[in-house]
Amino acid sequence: MDLLNAFITLSNFVIIPAIAYGSQLALGALGVTLIYGILRFSNFAHGDTMAFGTMVTILFTWWFQHLGLSLGPFPTALLALPFGIAGCALFVLLTDRAVYRFYRVQKAKPVILVIVSMGVMFIMNGVVRFIIGPDDHNFGDGERFIISARTFREMTGLEEGLAIRTSTGITVVTAVVVVALLFWFLNKTRTGKSMRAYSDNEDLALLSGINPEKVVVVTWVIVAALATVAGTLYGLDKSFKAFTYFQLLLPIFASAIVGGLGSPVGAIAGGFVIAFSEVTITYAWKKVITYVVPESMAPDGLVQLLSTDYKFAVSFIILLVVLLFRPTGLFKGKSV
Amino acid sequence: MIKVDNVVKTFGGFRAVDGASLEIRQGAITGLIGPNGAGKTTLFNVIAGVLKPTSGKVTMMGEDITGLPPHDLFHKGLLRTFQIAHEFGSMSCRENLMMVPGNQSGESLWNTWFGRKRIADEERALRAKADEVLEFLTISHLAEQKASQISGGQKKLLELGRTMMVDAKIVFLDEVGAGVNRTLLNTIGDAIVQLNKERGYTFVVIEHDMDFIGRLCDPVICMAEGKVLAQGTLAEIKANEQVIEAYLGTGLKNKDMVGA
Ligand SMILES: Nc1ncnc2c1ncn2[C@@H]1O[C@H](COP(=O)(O)OP(=O)(O)OP(=O)(O)O)[C@@H](O)[C@H]1O
Ligand SMILES: [Mg+2]
Repeated sequence: MDLLNAFITLSNFVIIPAIAYGSQLALGALGVTLIYGILRFSNFAHGDTMAFGTMVTILFTWWFQHLGLSLGPFPTALLALPFGIAGCALFVLLTDRAVYRFYRVQKAKPVILVIVSMGVMFIMNGVVRFIIGPDDHNFGDGERFIISARTFREMTGLEEGLAIRTSTGITVVTAVVVVALLFWFLNKTRTGKSMRAYSDNEDLALLSGINPEKVVVVTWVIVAALATVAGTLYGLDKSFKAFTYFQLLLPIFASAIVGGLGSPVGAIAGGFVIAFSEVTITYAWKKVITYVVPESMAPDGLVQLLSTDYKFAVSFIILLVVLLFRPTGLFKGKSV
Repeated sequence: MIKVDNVVKTFGGFRAVDGASLEIRQGAITGLIGPNGAGKTTLFNVIAGVLKPTSGKVTMMGEDITGLPPHDLFHKGLLRTFQIAHEFGSMSCRENLMMVPGNQSGESLWNTWFGRKRIADEERALRAKADEVLEFLTISHLAEQKASQISGGQKKLLELGRTMMVDAKIVFLDEVGAGVNRTLLNTIGDAIVQLNKERGYTFVVIEHDMDFIGRLCDPVICMAEGKVLAQGTLAEIKANEQVIEAYLGTGLKNKDMVGA
């Protein structure tokens, strides 16, 4: 039995990746939940909004690399991120002007807006593929590791290595900063409070003199920022491919719904629930178990509950269970 | 001050307001009475911009305000309360009141980052004001309470409190007394009179409680089936044949009982 090595293995392959993935999902789910709470529809275009923002970030990253700008050990993408956010916000605001506002003025039903957002999704998807192509892009540069597995082994003398990638570190730190800023904004600033008021009770907000168009604009800008940050972090961690971002829609919605649609705290909790479930269920536990149990009981198979090819099934099942037994989610969002 | 000209509002084929015309005099406390379903609330909604009229016109001091969005009307000094109390459920009662005066400097993103001092001063003034209003309404103890958790009557008070947070020109109160106990009702009545005298608010009050109407309102307008039946002092209204038939009834059934 070797608990220490078991724990290191577990951290390396389950805990750390799940924390990074969870942070990315949480940021994505926050965007979905804000749109749901304030604009009152499920935005199916969110995955592609993330793709669009990330694409702009990548284009700027390439340009900066071409100019020879860099952040040393950090990826150049961080420098490009503000431009990605601005580009994404602009695009999303244009979409709102051209498409969503028309339906808002008519007070269209949420179902109609959901379908409209699917249309927007296809268009954004097309735009992204048209500009950057359907292929995989790796745009991370700078140091790859904060601690590499080899260094860790040499440092500790343990058999197992623990690697912490730069992208993981950046993901977690950025996510914490962004979430802290968001909560400060929603709870402490007047604009944030107007957004919450609008989300609580639209009629009353209007009669209290809150300008709905302003709330809508601010909401879209924040959502664009969250989407671009989430997308860029995901892309740095894995890679960028338009189709992958479209697929992310399922775990992101699952996170938002599990946490309770409309509840920001819920979105974060949901992101981690989904991430941990997905990673633990698709992880091959053989190594960890071999360390923990006596030698004679060591498993022969991989002890993998589900192949990674089916990872989306995990979100789907959790989603179904939550919708059946607790439709308002963990944090009492609005029921779907 | 407000002129409603031949306003019609239909829901499907149903004419909830059916060609109502009336005029609200500046500085008066006008009572609006009528049986359930007469179209009083609907008329309020049309005036306050919540609903667009099917036809007709609303003017405020000569300016056409038909169909303007509620938040614009708010900034013109036209406020209303809801018959079914609304609140920002996730906020405390104090925060609910503090939400009211829209367009503060904290609302601009620029000031959020660079005008901290001004916002802080504004917040402090607002907070003091909100506390004053809560005190006045005898619900100071609810300041920190979440607005979704207070009682129905208390929500009504909060509705009234909202209108006291800004300098309104005209306030439409939709059954602000319903579900509020008698003593408090008197307090509310006093508050209305005081706001009217001291701050020059014009009021339009929907109430089913005739004592309340009698004490505060002159003139009184009676609606039924979407139309304005009569207008005058309460005594005149009570003597009006049509009104008696449509609303007050002839027997003991009504008068003091209505709205109780
Ligand atoms: N949104 C709506 N859709 C359909 N019908 C409506 C709507 N709002 C009101 N009505 C109808 O319009 C009529 C007038 O309603 P309104 O609420 O204005 O009455 P009221 O005079 O305020 O009555 P009460 O004294 O009970 O509050 C009612 O018959 C009601 O059913
Ligand atoms: Mg009514």
